[in-house]
Amino acid sequence: MTALDLPYPPAVLADERQDLLSELRTVGMVWERELIRFARTRTRILSGFTQPILFLFVLGYGMTTLVGTTGGFDFKKFVFPGIVAMTVVSTAIFSAISIVWDREFGFLREMLVAPVSRAALVVGKTLGGASVATVQGTIMLVLAPLIGVHLTALLVVEVIATELLMAVALTTFGVFVASRIQKMEGFQVVMQLLLFPMLFLSGALFPLKGLPTWLAVITRINPLTYAVDPLRHVVFAVQHMPPAAAARFSTGVSLFGYTLPIGVELGIVCTFAVVFLSLAIAGFGRPE
Amino acid sequence: MTATPGALSPGELDTSKPLTAVPQRSLAIEVSALSKRYGEVQAVHSVSFSVERGEVFAFLGPNGAGKSTTIKMLCTLARPSAGRARVAGFDVVRQPKAVRRHIGLVFQDQTLDDQLTAEENLRFHAVLYRVPHDQVARRIDRVLRLVALEDRRRDLVGTFSGGMARRLEIARGMLHTPSVLFLDEPTVGLDPQTRALMWEDVLRMRREEGVTIFLTTHYMDEAEYADRIAIIDHGQIVALDTPDQLKHQVAADAVELVTADDVVAEQRLAAAGFQVRRDPERLVIFTANGEAQVARIVESAGVAVRNVHVHRPTLDDVFLHYTGRQIREGPAERSVAMPLRARMTRRR
Ligand SMILES: Nc1ncnc2c1ncn2[C@@H]1O[C@H](COP(=O)(O)OP(=O)(O)O)[C@@H](O)[C@H]1O
Ligand SMILES: [Mg+2]
Repeated sequence: MTALDLPYPPAVLADERQDLLSELRTVGMVWERELIRFARTRTRILSGFTQPILFLFVLGYGMTTLVGTTGGFDFKKFVFPGIVAMTVVSTAIFSAISIVWDREFGFLREMLVAPVSRAALVVGKTLGGASVATVQGTIMLVLAPLIGVHLTALLVVEVIATELLMAVALTTFGVFVASRIQKMEGFQVVMQLLLFPMLFLSGALFPLKGLPTWLAVITRINPLTYAVDPLRHVVFAVQHMPPAAAARFSTGVSLFGYTLPIGVELGIVCTFAVVFLSLAIAGFGRPE
Repeated sequence: MTATPGALSPGELDTSKPLTAVPQRSLAIEVSALSKRYGEVQAVHSVSFSVERGEVFAFLGPNGAGKSTTIKMLCTLARPSAGRARVAGFDVVRQPKAVRRHIGLVFQDQTLDDQLTAEENLRFHAVLYRVPHDQVARRIDRVLRLVALEDRRRDLVGTFSGGMARRLEIARGMLHTPSVLFLDEPTVGLDPQTRALMWEDVLRMRREEGVTIFLTTHYMDEAEYADRIAIIDHGQIVALDTPDQLKHQVAADAVELVTADDVVAEQRLAAAGFQVRRDPERLVIFTANGEAQVARIVESAGVAVRNVHVHRPTLDDVFLHYTGRQIREGPAERSVAMPLRARMTRRR
């Protein structure tokens, strides 16, 4: 089909071969917008820390007194990676609220009517939200010395990589929910209802060992479990842990008697991300 | 379609014929028997029209007439239930992406990100609409100049007034040099001064960029800026022509007369064959060629005339003629027995 031979500059007659490049640019632009908005809302950055810090100190110190110290390793140190995960997960999940926000304020339409694929928009949003969540989670590491958690450069890199994967997975989940829920309040309610059970039953805040069977089953179904454990594993790998402590505050998720390798856990998280990414793309802004 | 025969322009499509396979090069928009049904509601009912390149074309109709729905179908945001439409030569159903690349769109509701600056909003749009990298800065400069917002480019849109935001949206709609710019009720909620500014922007865009403009409005005075107007009511086009032709066809001029004795004057004028209506403080005489008739009217009235004034029909009158209603909601100011409601406040 031929276009009208319009006397316009070639801006609008971009070659079809440039499709992929243009989609990538769109991903980049949507991502950049998320970061710009994040950087401009200082209150949101700060409020993103209040809850994890509260949990770290209240739960960390409270439980330490209760649980005691095993070979110099205490509950604060155990829960620290879980708190980092908690920061990442809640930031990631709630970053998707920007979609509900965009819908309410109309900007979603500006995006949906553009000659770009929904996939590019969803991927851009996801990477944006995931980047923000990773940044928030990583900032939490400054508290490590206070808790007595030892950090190395390699450890920080590994933590960031794990956080990013976790963040992508949870953001796609958030985007999926946001693409189906029209109202701001609805999104917040659904997310609060999901977030805390998911967090509590993921091993972020207590060890997954010696749980009653029904609880163990739930934690094994919870996809977050497979994201939290690698993070803890990475952090514990460089801590000085006597065998007694390692046994008490163990890492690893066992399924049917086998302890899953980290690779499998990360694979489960990836699968989760891909599934929800596809669902999010499919459900994102259908035409009327 | 059941438009009044005289109200169809030569460019109008005959709905009994299918659209030609080859796009007509001079047409920016071709619409044939386009319909949209939402459940029980027939939002748009078999409308047909065409818009030439470089034209300013207005859809005029009350709330709920089907204006936004028509725009949504033309912009590929809603799927037609029946009928066909081509925009910039592309079929809206079969080539939606091509259509989107060739149109600019300003929605009825604001769609800016007010946490971004004006420039950031434009840059976002430029990337999504594939403005080549090396042209982005130049285009942003240009469209900001077109709407006189260059000095606010680094300000957050959240600090803009409603009028400025609207004009920024129009600039954004033009950023990727579309061949057709759609404006859905662009001036709703703006004060008269800002509306005038916005219209200057729009007409400047047309002049300098050769863009075709399709807009909807329920403001009569605004439709006057258009080259042609389609009056839409209950999802149907009831009239389509230039503003002058529409006014010319529907109504005579109204000569308003304030006399010493309206009752007597009314009787005499009626006896002389004039069509007269007596309002509380004046008489209104409906006649072709009002100005030329003034002398004869004053003479026929036969009583002292204190004040005369000739009133040409407005688009309100046109709208009333075709729909039997005034466009604005709320009760009519007075009963409308006559086919023409003369308005003192707006005169040409
Ligand atoms: N998404 C929708 N679902 C159901 N009905 C709709 C929808 N959009 C519009 N309508 C109905 O279609 C009719 C035309 O609406 P619209 O095109 O918005 O009118 P206008 O823009 O002229 O005010 C109205 O009766 C409206 O209620
Ligand atoms: Mg509307």
